[in-house]
Amino acid sequence: MASNPHTDVHDPANITNPEHAEHHIVTPFQYGLVFLTLLVFTGITVGAAYVNLGPMNPVIALLIASFKAVVVILFFMHVRWQSRLIKMTIGAGFFTFLVLITMTLSDYISRAWGLW
Amino acid sequence: MDNLIASPHALEDQELMPGETVVHEPHTLLPQHRHHFETEEQQREAGSFGMWLFLLTEIMFFGGMFFAYLLYRNWYYPAFAVASNQLNVPEGAINTAILITSGFCMALGVWAAEVRKKKFLVLMLVLTTVFGVAFLGVKVDEYHEKYEHHHIPGASFSIAEFVNPAAYHIDERPLSPDMAQHTQLFFFLYFAMTGMHALHMIIGIGILGWLIWRANRGEFSTGYVAPIENFGLYWHFVDIVWLFLFPLLYLINRHLAH
Amino acid sequence: MSTAPIAISNTIVQLPDQTTATLPKRNYINAESGMLSWLLTGDHKRIAMLYLASITFFFFIGGAFAGAIRLELLTPQPDLVASDTYNKMFSMHGIIMIFLFLVPSVPATLGNFLIPIMIGAKDLAFPKINLLSWYLYMIGGTLTLAALVLGGVDTGWTFTTPLSTHYLNTHVITAASAIFVAGFASIFTGLNFIVTIHRMRAPGMTWFRMPLFVWSNYAASILMVLGTPVLAIALVLVALERTIGIGVFDPTKGGDPLLFQHLFWFYSHPAVYIMILPGMGVISEVISTFSRKRVFGYTAVAFSSVAIALFGFFVWAHHMFIMGVSNFSALVFSLLTMLVAVPSAIKIFNWAFTLQKGSITFETPMLYAFAFIGLFTIGGLTGVFLGSLGLDIHLTETYFIVAHFHYVMVGGMLMAFLAGIHFWWPKMTGRMYPESVSKLSAIISFIGFNLTFMPQFILGYLGMPRRYHAYPADFQVLNVLSTAGATVLGVGFLMPLLYLGWSLKYGAIAGNNPWQATGLEWQIQSPPLTENFLVTPIVTQEAYDYEWLEKKTKQEVTTVG
Repeated sequence: MASNPHTDVHDPANITNPEHAEHHIVTPFQYGLVFLTLLVFTGITVGAAYVNLGPMNPVIALLIASFKAVVVILFFMHVRWQSRLIKMTIGAGFFTFLVLITMTLSDYISRAWGLW
Repeated sequence: MDNLIASPHALEDQELMPGETVVHEPHTLLPQHRHHFETEEQQREAGSFGMWLFLLTEIMFFGGMFFAYLLYRNWYYPAFAVASNQLNVPEGAINTAILITSGFCMALGVWAAEVRKKKFLVLMLVLTTVFGVAFLGVKVDEYHEKYEHHHIPGASFSIAEFVNPAAYHIDERPLSPDMAQHTQLFFFLYFAMTGMHALHMIIGIGILGWLIWRANRGEFSTGYVAPIENFGLYWHFVDIVWLFLFPLLYLINRHLAH
Repeated sequence: MSTAPIAISNTIVQLPDQTTATLPKRNYINAESGMLSWLLTGDHKRIAMLYLASITFFFFIGGAFAGAIRLELLTPQPDLVASDTYNKMFSMHGIIMIFLFLVPSVPATLGNFLIPIMIGAKDLAFPKINLLSWYLYMIGGTLTLAALVLGGVDTGWTFTTPLSTHYLNTHVITAASAIFVAGFASIFTGLNFIVTIHRMRAPGMTWFRMPLFVWSNYAASILMVLGTPVLAIALVLVALERTIGIGVFDPTKGGDPLLFQHLFWFYSHPAVYIMILPGMGVISEVISTFSRKRVFGYTAVAFSSVAIALFGFFVWAHHMFIMGVSNFSALVFSLLTMLVAVPSAIKIFNWAFTLQKGSITFETPMLYAFAFIGLFTIGGLTGVFLGSLGLDIHLTETYFIVAHFHYVMVGGMLMAFLAGIHFWWPKMTGRMYPESVSKLSAIISFIGFNLTFMPQFILGYLGMPRRYHAYPADFQVLNVLSTAGATVLGVGFLMPLLYLGWSLKYGAIAGNNPWQATGLEWQIQSPPLTENFLVTPIVTQEAYDYEWLEKKTKQEVTTVG
């Protein structure tokens, strides 16, 4: 299983620290760009709320919110430069949250089925 | 990118390490190094991984309330739409901007710790706190507005504005008293979710005060950035919760108003 | 050569010469002294001992309630206690046993003690958070006792709404906050384990060289971290509903009581696996050691733990079949429930194949492990009955379900806990427990257990509902049998308390490796040093490599004391 400890993301032979990622320093300029993006999209989401798009309004609001959240996670929280372990951990969290939502909804959306 | 953080020990050092007495060159152990970690890097990454796992619990914690909101908004759509439109969008939008700015300052603070600029770090942490407090101030104003309109769930809650909106100069369709009762559920969820969010901010501001005190003593300007980094994760997570609360509570029913 | 010829001996126990043996001069127990050195410790082994003492205390309180319940059910008439007292008794029994005993039992004691040692680390990743976890547990325990002393709570351990929110005037909020706080103790334990297992493994300790005990605790930790917060928010909403009186769960105000059940069981079903998975890990270690064989299908057993954890999040609504979930949803959850049987069966079959052609010896931990396999299989298979939609409608809320989960929780988990305590007792204390009396107690527990709960399957099938303190006279014979069994079971559980306490002072000196086991924890002194290892171990073999152990023992000079 041993291989080059400096290239593998998960490397059990890296005896000091498996699942390791080099520390990456994000520059203030990059943070500034992220900051501007977030402000702009806040403006967009407020503006879009007053346009009648019917059922698409919540969808768009959620898409923008998700986009902003992803930007914060990737850049402010440095996940872009983190190890695969951290990325998978975050994925697992959102996955479980979606399980909670979808599996519970499977009850609520089907309560009226067959009763009409 | 220049890596200013402590580098991992070389592999060949391992055999020489019987416990906590090891001193390596060219790099010496930080005073914050804990004995049960082999390297500082292991310690730092364990800390950030632990913080991420804690944030997962937070996702699930807020998740329960988000689901309740999703469910009841669909069940009592008219009540939720009208009640939601009573929230103060300008204040909410300003608060979003304030919170994003606070998060931006926090991110700059992490950078300052990484490049060991003590004064800039302290400044950024103070600004993070200031914007955090400003957010709570605006929130208090919003809560007060709800109080004046009898929109706080409980004994003083009144459905008058929703049954007869014209009398209160509210441009909404009137609700039947039955449906209007369910606006209370909206406001309960509103207060539960924003209140839980505000509670997280208050705890965060408390920790920020402690971090500022430590940063001022120069604890985080010698390459030991883990507490700043991990607190940053927490603070950004609280931001993310708000990034979802704002559109879901304030915005998604605006197009229904006339 | 110092090893006894294992194949022809009927025991594998190898103790140092008792006339000269002593406990190691320096170990984690005598490293520091004084009350504060325990209360402020960061040592995972000391925290494990604190947890062990606390959960034992709560176990016997919960057990006392169980005894009182069985005593009331000795006669068909409600003659011992009033009906609401009875409600409070079974509620406290459930709350204490589940949240204060079963959930922390194996992870917080054995897991805390052994996981760092098993993976070759000096401590858990966050010693202070580990200590915080114990304090949170104690606060939770104190609040539970407060709820009890103030007059009790009678919701059942499930806090079902709107019963818990609108119809009861008992101490629901106190009990709920107890569980909320104890829940965070469990979250922090799980979080610590996950980080430790990912980040602190010794050089060469790859994932597939780890003992299966570590794997199963890892899987349970995932459930603790992801499931417990949902319970926390559900309880917060119950508390808010009681105090502010708003209708998130109250149907008269437009809320949905089933929403509470969804949130509650989203945690509480995985909680069953939080309880049983670490126990399965114990069984893997014990079976392998006492049959001198590598666990058959190691990879399958390891992944089955993770699979149980994963499936655990997809089956919760099988607790709610008769409560008004949609037919479609009930069907889906019923089918998904069957999935859990697959990894559970993988484990049982692999243990059976591990035994095949092994050099089996029958020390006490092995007896408990055999009890586990038999009783857990019964408990698991009756779970398949209950997961079947049609049968569940007849059997749910009867004593059948009580018997089912006691077969899993007591027959499975508690037997595994006792197996683990006996197995690692020499490592934790440096002394052996008395073998013959402990074998006797294992057999008494097994007989008492079956006598208690086997009749309850029949009672449930005949239609005796759970949670009532009176029943038709027809059911008395089976109830008397059950109560008699509970008495025997009580003796079986009291005996270990006595002889383990006795062995702390008078037990034989165990030496490093009395079982000739292969785990890293058996290669260091017992009781271990505070820092566990003098030199960070470099792992070159997998967890159950008995040939490696034999070679190592041959080369070693026998050390005494």
